[in-house]
Amino acid sequence: MVNIPSSIDDTIPAAEVEDVELYHSHSWWTTYVFSQDAKVIAIQYSLTAISIGLVALVLSWLMRLQLAFPGYFAFIDAEHYYQFITMHGMIMVIYLLTALFLGGFGNYLIPLMLGARDMVFPYANMLSYWLYLLAVLVLVAGFFAPGGPTGAGWTLYPPQAVLSGTPGGNDWGIILMLTSLILFIIGFTMGGLNYVVTVLQGRARGMTLMRMPLTIWGIFTATVMALLAFPALFVASVMMLFDRILGTSFFMPAIVEMGEQLKHGGGSPILFQHLFWFFGHPEVYIVALPAFGIVSDLISTHARKNIFGYRMMVWAIVVIGALSFVVWAHHMYVSGMNPKFGFFFATTTLIIAVPTAIKVYNWVLTLWRGDIHLTIPMLFALGFIVTFVNGGLTGLFLGNVVVDVPLSDTMFVVAHFHMVMGVAPIMVIFGAIYHWYPKITGRMLDETMGRIHFWVTFLGAYLIFFPMHYLGLLGAPRRYYELGETVVNPTSAHDLNIFITLMAWTVGAAQILFLFNAAWSLRRGKESGGNPWRATTLEWQTPTTPPPHGNWGKDLPVVYRWAYDYSVPGAPEDFIPQNQPDPERRSKEHST
Amino acid sequence: MAVVLVLVVIAVASVLFHLLSPWWWTPIASNWNYIDNTIIITFWITGFVFVAVVLFVAYCVFRFRHKPGNRAHYEPENRKLEFWLATVTTIGVVAMLAPGLFVWNQFVTVPQDATNVEVVGQQWQWSFRLPGANGQLGTSDTRDVSSDNPLGVKKNDAAGLDDIIVEGGELHVPIGKPVKMLLRSVDVLHDFYVPEFRAKMDMVPGMVTYFWFTPTRTGTFEVLCAELCGVGHPQMRGTVVVDTEADYQTWLEQQHTFTQMMASGEVKTTQ
Repeated sequence: MVNIPSSIDDTIPAAEVEDVELYHSHSWWTTYVFSQDAKVIAIQYSLTAISIGLVALVLSWLMRLQLAFPGYFAFIDAEHYYQFITMHGMIMVIYLLTALFLGGFGNYLIPLMLGARDMVFPYANMLSYWLYLLAVLVLVAGFFAPGGPTGAGWTLYPPQAVLSGTPGGNDWGIILMLTSLILFIIGFTMGGLNYVVTVLQGRARGMTLMRMPLTIWGIFTATVMALLAFPALFVASVMMLFDRILGTSFFMPAIVEMGEQLKHGGGSPILFQHLFWFFGHPEVYIVALPAFGIVSDLISTHARKNIFGYRMMVWAIVVIGALSFVVWAHHMYVSGMNPKFGFFFATTTLIIAVPTAIKVYNWVLTLWRGDIHLTIPMLFALGFIVTFVNGGLTGLFLGNVVVDVPLSDTMFVVAHFHMVMGVAPIMVIFGAIYHWYPKITGRMLDETMGRIHFWVTFLGAYLIFFPMHYLGLLGAPRRYYELGETVVNPTSAHDLNIFITLMAWTVGAAQILFLFNAAWSLRRGKESGGNPWRATTLEWQTPTTPPPHGNWGKDLPVVYRWAYDYSVPGAPEDFIPQNQPDPERRSKEHST
Repeated sequence: MAVVLVLVVIAVASVLFHLLSPWWWTPIASNWNYIDNTIIITFWITGFVFVAVVLFVAYCVFRFRHKPGNRAHYEPENRKLEFWLATVTTIGVVAMLAPGLFVWNQFVTVPQDATNVEVVGQQWQWSFRLPGANGQLGTSDTRDVSSDNPLGVKKNDAAGLDDIIVEGGELHVPIGKPVKMLLRSVDVLHDFYVPEFRAKMDMVPGMVTYFWFTPTRTGTFEVLCAELCGVGHPQMRGTVVVDTEADYQTWLEQQHTFTQMMASGEVKTTQ
């Protein structure tokens, strides 16, 4: 057993720069609307992301109706169905998960957990949110544009994305989608640079990198990745927009569309796929790494035990982040690219399983010999472990090139990625909201409603996506408006689809209870005090709750220990806050 | 306690579901049972890990849930344990990857004696082209696609004149002989997918992609498009019939060559 000393260096370095005066707002507008306070921006990001996420949830209800009762609902025709799945996917991945983890949790937690007063570039941070909101509005405008939103699938593969056989292909749909993505990326870059520089430059005295909570490590690494990955999507979006509007042929070879020769020629559809997945695979980890970080802190706090193998956890996050840039083509095993690539990408993909597995072991080993409080954040953390392990393991099927051949483009893929980057991260998001709501509002979320919400969401989501894998194993292809009479759609599969749809409606309805709880507890919730979970990290040590503008009052906190001093032998309490000096040190400091 | 019970039920029920569910792959009709075997190996390894982790979590919650007076154990690291877990994981990963790459090597190595069969996708139907008496396919170009030459076969390439064209109909292949499917699209992405063959590959306009297989049982199989290709995607179906050699020859004799097709087209236009 190796003990990480709580004081790696004996002296706390002096501040390198003086405390810089913050921007202070002068009116209601600059305090709550055009705010430069990261906490307000975080709430703006979160509320916007959750609102647009609810739209995507309703879209999933509608598409599930069609899959369970094909053709029964007249308003869901094939065009609408493809528009629903496209918007559902894009909203969930980019506008909900990415925005909520980085723009929402990143903005709220980075300054508070690191002992900073705010982000280092508050004005750019404000612009980041307003560009994000604009991107969302442009995206939503697709629903009202002639021809409706694009129905190209969230991967937007050309040439079909910009041709007339696809909804929105020769209308406004694809133009608005690409414009919205471009705006999102510009906005994200402003926020992302902020998060990275704040982590590197804005930490409190004594907060060494290896004392940072894993939440910050996850968000930080994900942000670095996003800054490197999103440009690929940016370039791809601009080029496709040119192909669509100006008639260029970046992704367009010679094409005969419905018997008519088009003027395009010489472009490569596969080039788009490489650019898309060079972004798209890191994107999976851009969502997953903040979830990994946050869930580590939830498990540690609510099991009253230090996270097991902290240093290994940090390195696993960094290694996963780096490796995720050399695995993108595992989404393209059957794309028609040179099949020899398969050897390389299958190997890199399966190598990622090792650091990922280490993270899982360390989570469960943190539970081992812990003092597990089955609070709602802990319940969601347990739900995360189950769904993430399940979804991660099916990734070993799809990553292993030859196994992917029969399973790719089937419902197995849909089930896999929903489990691993839908359900699992959302378990963490809910756990995190129940965990940090008291800090944000000063009140606890209602426990009973929370438990019902957890059980329905967790069990319902598992019942949706676990059996769905077997439809894919049977051979049912994804993105089918209707399968009809075929060998891969027996009556039993039809029954299963009805069951899945019922579960989807149930899980969706449970979120209404959550929203009600969040609104109700704002005024009626039990008062929480500053540190209801008895946690060690800095955000729980603020002088007032909710923390005001500037976070810390007169003096910035000083950090003396790592983030996981739970149940330290000999300590009077089962947690020691990061800003609490060692008793010996205090005497040493006094004597000098 | 409810948590412990639910976790155990999840582990057990997932395994039972796997063993008892009626949803399993279609009876195979090609040589790619190697792929099925690799999937089985992967199911065993991943299933074991899933059950082990979930049951371990259940045990931890059962054994170490909070009771008044409890205090957690303080153990930041255990290098030995972490090393062993990483090693065992690596072995498990290699056990899945090695057979996977081995079979992939077979998948990308087309046998010398494989017969070329071309599949052409367009919104939203399948067409096929087989080599004629000279045993080879003529060249083609999307630019040459027209109403009387829907596959864009080059008219000035003598090798293509005797090619057999099957438009919007069904493809027949003889049993037991390796087939190299050459895949082409004239508009958007499609994907030639027959669940019973296990193999599939995207069809990309502007290039020719391929995969190979050997049919191992006779029968009629449905072709589905597995890459979203617009609103007609779900209707893009076709048929592949695996024949005995004799039945195949009978079918082949009824098909038209490219020259015959052009001639009948000219007849139509001169009328």
